[in-house]
Amino acid sequence: MSVITAYARARAVAAGVAQPIATVRHVHLAERPLVFVPLTLAGEANAPLAAMIGTDAEKPTLLTVPQPRNRDLRFAFAARLADIVVPYVDSFSHEVEPLRDTVCAVDAPQLIVPNPMGIEFTRLLGRSTRFRRTDGPYAVAPGVPLLGRWLTYFAERAEHPGSCALLALTDALSLHWATGQSALEDTNLAALMAWIDPPAESSGAQAAREAENPKVWPPAGPATDPEFDNQVLAPLIRAYDTSAPDSPARQRALDELEQALASQLEPTWHLMWRGIAHLRSLPPGVSVAGRWAADRRAFTDFHRYVSEGGAPQPRRDGAVAAAYRLNLLERARTTYEAERAFDDPLVMATHRLTGEAFQGTVVSVDRERRVPNEKGNLVTRPLVTVHTKDPVRLPAGAKVAAATRRSQTGLIVSVETVPDGTLVTLELSGGMGRAKVPPPGSVPALDEQLCYSGVLPENIPSPALPPVEETPWTHGGPPQPYEPSDEDAAEVWE
Amino acid sequence: MTVDTASRHSTMSGPARFDPAAEAERATQAILADFTSAHYRGVVVDSPPGAGKSTLVVRAAAEIAATGEPLMIVAQTNEQVDDLVDRLARRLAQNMPSARIGRLSRAGYTAPDRIANLPNVTVDSDLTALGEPTITIATAAKWAHVKDRTWRWAIVDEAYQMRSDSLLAIASRFERALFVGDPGQLDPFSTVDSDRWRGLTWDPMQSAVAVLLRNNPDLPVHRLPVSWRLPHTAERIIADAFYPHTGFRSGTGPGERGLRLGTASGGSTAPIDAVLNEAAASGWGLLELPARYTVRTDSEAAAAVAAVARRLIERRAVARSADQEQPITPQRIAIGAAHRDQVAAIRTALGNLPVAVDTANRLQGREYDVTVVLHPLSGRRDASAFHLESGRLCVLASRHRQACVVVARAGIREVLDTHPPTGPVHLSEPVKFPDGWVANQTVMAHLEAHRVRVR
Repeated sequence: MSVITAYARARAVAAGVAQPIATVRHVHLAERPLVFVPLTLAGEANAPLAAMIGTDAEKPTLLTVPQPRNRDLRFAFAARLADIVVPYVDSFSHEVEPLRDTVCAVDAPQLIVPNPMGIEFTRLLGRSTRFRRTDGPYAVAPGVPLLGRWLTYFAERAEHPGSCALLALTDALSLHWATGQSALEDTNLAALMAWIDPPAESSGAQAAREAENPKVWPPAGPATDPEFDNQVLAPLIRAYDTSAPDSPARQRALDELEQALASQLEPTWHLMWRGIAHLRSLPPGVSVAGRWAADRRAFTDFHRYVSEGGAPQPRRDGAVAAAYRLNLLERARTTYEAERAFDDPLVMATHRLTGEAFQGTVVSVDRERRVPNEKGNLVTRPLVTVHTKDPVRLPAGAKVAAATRRSQTGLIVSVETVPDGTLVTLELSGGMGRAKVPPPGSVPALDEQLCYSGVLPENIPSPALPPVEETPWTHGGPPQPYEPSDEDAAEVWE
Repeated sequence: MTVDTASRHSTMSGPARFDPAAEAERATQAILADFTSAHYRGVVVDSPPGAGKSTLVVRAAAEIAATGEPLMIVAQTNEQVDDLVDRLARRLAQNMPSARIGRLSRAGYTAPDRIANLPNVTVDSDLTALGEPTITIATAAKWAHVKDRTWRWAIVDEAYQMRSDSLLAIASRFERALFVGDPGQLDPFSTVDSDRWRGLTWDPMQSAVAVLLRNNPDLPVHRLPVSWRLPHTAERIIADAFYPHTGFRSGTGPGERGLRLGTASGGSTAPIDAVLNEAAASGWGLLELPARYTVRTDSEAAAAVAAVARRLIERRAVARSADQEQPITPQRIAIGAAHRDQVAAIRTALGNLPVAVDTANRLQGREYDVTVVLHPLSGRRDASAFHLESGRLCVLASRHRQACVVVARAGIREVLDTHPPTGPVHLSEPVKFPDGWVANQTVMAHLEAHRVRVR
C-alpha cells in the first residue's frame, strides 16, 4: 500500500466515507457491458448454481441449476449461458475499422463480474467447457465449447495489467476510492459500495457493517451464504430431487428454487449497476482509450481465430509461450503504471513521494542548444532547469518525461540541492520536429509548471525467443504438439 | 561430491583436521573435470557467499581458452561483466598472451577505464566487429539478441539470479555450460504476480538453475565448500539460517579475523559505542531502537544506521586478518537496506561520508570489511513475502569480512510470530529451502545475544 493510499484510508476512517485516490477513471467502461453475477454450490468445485446476466439493468436473465451435482444439468446451464454470451460477443464483430493491413473491431465485448472470485469462476468455467465435443459419447450443445473458448479468453485478458475486457467491480472501485476497511473487506461489494456511496443519514462505516449482514445483503458470490444454503437451498434441492419428473411437485420445487435464487442475486445485480454508474461519473483518463484499443485488437484477433475453427486454448503454456507471455505481462504492467501516473496527479503524487517524480517550475531554458550526436551530426538538445520542492531521488543519467509533454524525453544532467529545494537540469530530445530551431511551444517555457516522472512506459521490445519446435534442452526440449483427444472431451467436470 | 557434513562442526581435536585450501582445491578439480569431460551438457556449481565463485569462473575460462575452443560467458549485470573481463584479462595476459577477450556491449556503452585500456580486450556492440575472440562475454540481456551462432562452451555466472526465461532466450547459443551461482541469495523476481505457471518444470518465474535441474535432473551439482570472505564468527549462523542442508566452512579459524577499534570508547556508554564494542568482540551487533510502527523511511532508524557507520570511522576501526591489520576506510564499509527509498534516506543522513549504501539486490556479489544493515522488518506492522525472503536477509548478513551490525526497531520477533507463512503450497512445485520465516527467526535468535538497546 502506498503512503497516499494509507493516508486516504486513515482519512476515510475519520470522515466515515471512502476517499478518492484517483481524479480520473482508469478503466474503460463499455457502452453495453455484459454484467455477470454467478453463484456456485458450496462444497463442490466450481459447480454453477445460478447466474444473473445481461446488458440491461432492467432485464436480467436468471439461469439456475436445480441440482448442481448433476452433470447434464450443469451442461444445460452452460448451454443457456452460451446462448447469451456467444451472440453478445459476436455482435461486436460486424463493425470494423481499418488497422494497418487488416481491420479492427470498433468496439469490443466487456464482461463485468462482482469480485476477483468471479474472475476465477469465469476462468474455471471456461476450463471445464472449452475442451468438450459436440459429437461422440459425451456430446454437449454446440455453444458450450465456444463458451469455453470465450470465457477463457476473458479470463486470460484479465491477467493483462490495464486490460478491461473482464473487470471485477470491487477491483475497479478500489482503484479509485480508499475505504476505512481492509483490502480483504473491500472484496465484499456491498460493504465497499456502502463506504463509497453510503445511504443518507448513515456513515460509510455504519452502512458497511449493515452490508455485512447476509440476510440484508446476500454475498455477491460465487460463494453463497451458509445460512441460506442450510435453511433454504438444501430443502428446495431435496424437494426437487425427490419429486417425480414433470410432476406438479417438481414444478413447484423449480419455481421456489428460482425465486429463492433470484432473491439472492437481485440485490447484487442492482448494486453492480449502481457501482458501474458511480464509476462512469468519473471522466476517463487520457490513456484509457489506448488501452481499450489493445483490448479491441485482442478481441478482433481471437474472434477471427475462433470463427476459423481454432482449437481450444491449451491446458498449460509451453516453455516458449510462458516466457513470451510473462514478458508481455511485464511490459503491459510497466506501461500501465506509467500511464496511470501521467493521467492522474493523485497517482503521480505517490511517485513524487518516493522521489521517482517531481513537480516544479522551469527557471531556465536554453532552447536552441545544439550538440553533436554519436554520428557527429548536430542535433537540437535544449536544456531546461526545473526548481522543485519535492524530494528528488532520481540520479543524473535517469530518463524522465513530463505528464503534459509525454512524447519528449528528458535526460537528467544534474541534480543540485539549493536552500529552498532542488534544481534539476534536463537535456530534452524528441517532440520538437526536425527544424534547427524548435517550433514554438515544443520546448517548456520559463515559469511553466511541469511534473517530470521517471516511471516510464516500456518501449524497448523484448528479444525474440526460439521457435517452439526449437525449445532448448534446458527447458525440456521441443514439446509434443497438442492434439485435442476424446479424453479431453470426456474429462470429469471438477 | 558433497561437503563432509560430519566434520562440519567438528572441533580441532577431530581425527581429520579441516584444511580449507585443500578442500576447496579438491572441489574445484572435480568441477573442472566434470565440465571439461564433456560427459554432461550442464554442470551446476552452488557457491556460498565469498567462496571463490569468480576465481572458479576465471580458472574454468582459462582452461577452455587453453584448448583454443571458443567460449561464451554470460553474466547478469554490466558491472559483473566488467569485473569478469578485468580479472580474465589479467589472468590471460600472464598465461596466454595471444588470447583475446571480446566484450559485447549494448550500443552507447562506454567501458570503464579499468577495461577500456586493456590490450587483450575489444569492446563493441556488434558481434562481427569483435572478430573471433577466444572468449566472448556479455550480459544475458545482450546475449538474447545474438542469433545464428553457437559456441561449444559456455559459462553462466550468477545463474541463480538469472530468470528461467532469459536462459530460454540464450540456451540455443551453446552446446554445454557451467552454471555458477549462490542458491542462498535473492531469487530473480517479476513485477507480475501470477500463479499461472506454478508447478510447470519450465516456469518462467523460477531461476535458470531451478528450471535447468527440473528438466535435467541427472546433471551433476557441485558445491564450493569454503567461504573465504565470511569470518569464523559468521560461519555457524549463516550456514544454519541459509544453507541448512549443505552448510559450508569458513576459510579462517576462530580469532583469525577481527575488528579492532583504534580508540577506546572513552568510558562512553552510548548505545552506538556499546554495539560497536560488541561487534568488535563477537563479529555481530544488534542496535535495537524502541518499538514503533514507522513508514518505510524511518528517519530515526536511518539516522542510527548513519551514526554507526560514522562512529566506526571516528573510532579508527581496524580490520585484522591473521597478523595483518588495515585501517577501515569509508570505502570498506557498506550499508544495506531493503528498499530504494530507505537507501536514499540513509544517504541523506550520512551526508558526504563515502560509504556504499545500497539495496540487497545491488549488494549481491560485493564484499566489505564491516556492514551496517537496516533490518528489512524494522518498524513494520506485517511481514510480507518480500520482507521475509531469505535471500534478502542472506545478502545483507553475508557481505562482511570482519563484522556486521544490524539496526532494527524492537518487536521483530513478535511480528514474525504473528505472521507465520500462510502462502499456498502449489502442486508439483518443489519446496524451496530455506524457508524465509525460519531463516529470519534463526538470525534474530542469534542477533539477540548481541543486542544493545537504545532507550
